[in-house]
Amino acid sequence: MSRTDDDIIVCRCEDVTLGEIRRAISEGATTMDEIRRITRAGMGPCQGRTCRQLIASELARKTGKPVAEVMPSTIRPPMKPVAMGSLAKIGEEDEE
Amino acid sequence: MAVRTTELVIIGAGPAGICAALEAASHGVKTTLVDRGEELGGQLIKQTHKFFGWHKKSAGTRGVLIAKKLAEEVLNNENITLLNSTEALGYYDDGTLLVETPRGIDRVLGDRLIVATGASERMLLFPGNDLPGVYGAGAVQTLMNVHGVRPGDSVLMIGSGNIGLIVSYQLLQAGVRVAAVVEAMPTIGGYAVHASKIRRLGVPIMTRHTIKEAYGKEQVEGAVIWELDENWNGIPGTEKDLEVDVVCLAIGLTPLAELLWQCGAEMAYIPELGGFVPLYDETMETTRKGVFVAGDVAGIEEASTAMAAGRMAGLSAARSLGKVSDLDYSRLRNEIAGELEGLRSGPASAKILSGIAKMRAMLQSVKEAAAVSEAEPANQPANQPADQPANRPAKQAASEPAEAGDLPKAGARDSEAQGNNGSKSEEAVGA
Repeated sequence: MSRTDDDIIVCRCEDVTLGEIRRAISEGATTMDEIRRITRAGMGPCQGRTCRQLIASELARKTGKPVAEVMPSTIRPPMKPVAMGSLAKIGEEDEE
Repeated sequence: MAVRTTELVIIGAGPAGICAALEAASHGVKTTLVDRGEELGGQLIKQTHKFFGWHKKSAGTRGVLIAKKLAEEVLNNENITLLNSTEALGYYDDGTLLVETPRGIDRVLGDRLIVATGASERMLLFPGNDLPGVYGAGAVQTLMNVHGVRPGDSVLMIGSGNIGLIVSYQLLQAGVRVAAVVEAMPTIGGYAVHASKIRRLGVPIMTRHTIKEAYGKEQVEGAVIWELDENWNGIPGTEKDLEVDVVCLAIGLTPLAELLWQCGAEMAYIPELGGFVPLYDETMETTRKGVFVAGDVAGIEEASTAMAAGRMAGLSAARSLGKVSDLDYSRLRNEIAGELEGLRSGPASAKILSGIAKMRAMLQSVKEAAAVSEAEPANQPANQPADQPANRPAKQAASEPAEAGDLPKAGARDSEAQGNNGSKSEEAVGA
C-alpha cells in the first residue's frame, strides 16, 4: 500500500486531504476563504489553527503569490465552536 | 448572561499575561485575567528545565517554579480577578469580550484589553502525519512533565531548535529512546550546549534530513527519513527506516492571533517574528486603540522577554487609564525597556530585532496613511465593525516581497519553519 502526497491529511478536524486542496486551487480558488468554503478546511473544532499555514503555503506555491499576501480566511466570533444551547441561553436571560 | 465590568481585561495567563496583570494591578488597575486552562502559567507549567535568563532574572530557575511563584502572586492580588477554564470568543467595538466559561457564555466589559494568547505549534505535511503517535513537542512535554505519561518507547524528533533538543533530552531522562533528531537546515538550530548533551548520550543529530513518511496500521510503527539536496528535495536512495512509535514535531511556533484579526488590528507577515503578527508600538499598543499585546502573539521569542513585554503592556494600559504618574511612568518604562534590551543583546536575538524593526517601519507607514485620510472618518480602522475584520495586508506587502519567494518547494517551507525554531525557542535566552 503506497500513500501518495494527495492522501496526506491537511485539515485534521474536517478530514481534508492535500489532494482536495490542490483540486480546489486547480479549479480556480485563489484565496483562503474560497478554499475554506469549497473544502470546509479550517471549519472544524480548531478553526484552522493547525492547517491555516499549510494551506497558505500550498496556495502560495501553486499561485506564485508570496505567503505575505495570502491572507487568512475571515475570522469571526465565536472563535471556537459553541453549543447552540449556550447561545440560546444568552437571549433567554437577557429577557428576564 | 453575566456581565462583568472591569478596567483591564487580559487574555492569556502565561508569562506575558501574568506579568501584565501584576504590573497593572500594582498601579491599582482592576484587572480580569482570562485563561482557557485550569492552571496559571501557560507553557511554563511543562517546562521542567532551567532557564538561561539574563542577569539574575529568573536565570537558573525551572520554568515550572516560575509559574508557581507567579500564580501565587496572582491569587494573592486583590486587584486581579481570575477567570480560568474560560475561552475568549470575540471582542467587540464597545469593549465587550465574549467568553465561554464552564457555566456558559459571559460578557466581560473592560476599558482596555491586553492580548497575550501565545502561539501554536507548526505542523508538517507528510504521509502518515495523521497516525496516532505523531505529536507536537508541546504535547509531548505536557504528557511527560505535567501528567507523568511516557508518549511511547522510541521517538523520532523533527527539528533541532532548542525545543527539539530540550524535549529530546527530557525524553531520554524519562527512559525513552530517541532514535534520531533530524534537521532540514544544514546546521543545528539550537544551542551547542543542548546539542552536545544529547549527542553524548548517543543520539544522532542529522542535518539536511527530514521525514519522508510515517507508517503503521493503527498507530506509528516506523518512520522513513531521507537526506535533502540544496533545493530541499529529498534524495532518492538516501532513505533510512527507523523503528519508532512516536514522531515528535518541533519545527517552530506561530503567533495565535485570531482575536487580533477579528477585532481589526493591522497585521503583517513577518517571518522573523513567526508569521502574521499585529503591528504595535513601543508601549505594546496595536493599531486598535486600547488593545495591547505581549508575549509570543506579538512575535515568537521566549518566556523571559514575554515577562518583560507583559510588564510593559500592563504599565502602558495602567498609564492610559490615568493610574501612573509621569515620574513613575518614565522610570518604570526605562527600567523595562532596559531589561528587554538586555534580554535581546545576544547573537540569537538578531533575527527578532530585525523583525521588530521591520514591523515598526510598517506601523509607521500605516500611521502616515491614516493621518492622510483623517479627513474621511470612514477610513479609520477603529470605526470598523468588530464582525468585519480588517483582513487586509499592511501596506508593506507590495513593497516587501522578501522571504515569500522561497516557498515554491515543499522542503523550503519546512526548512523555514525549522530555521525559525532554531534561533528562538521558548526555552532560552542568549545572554
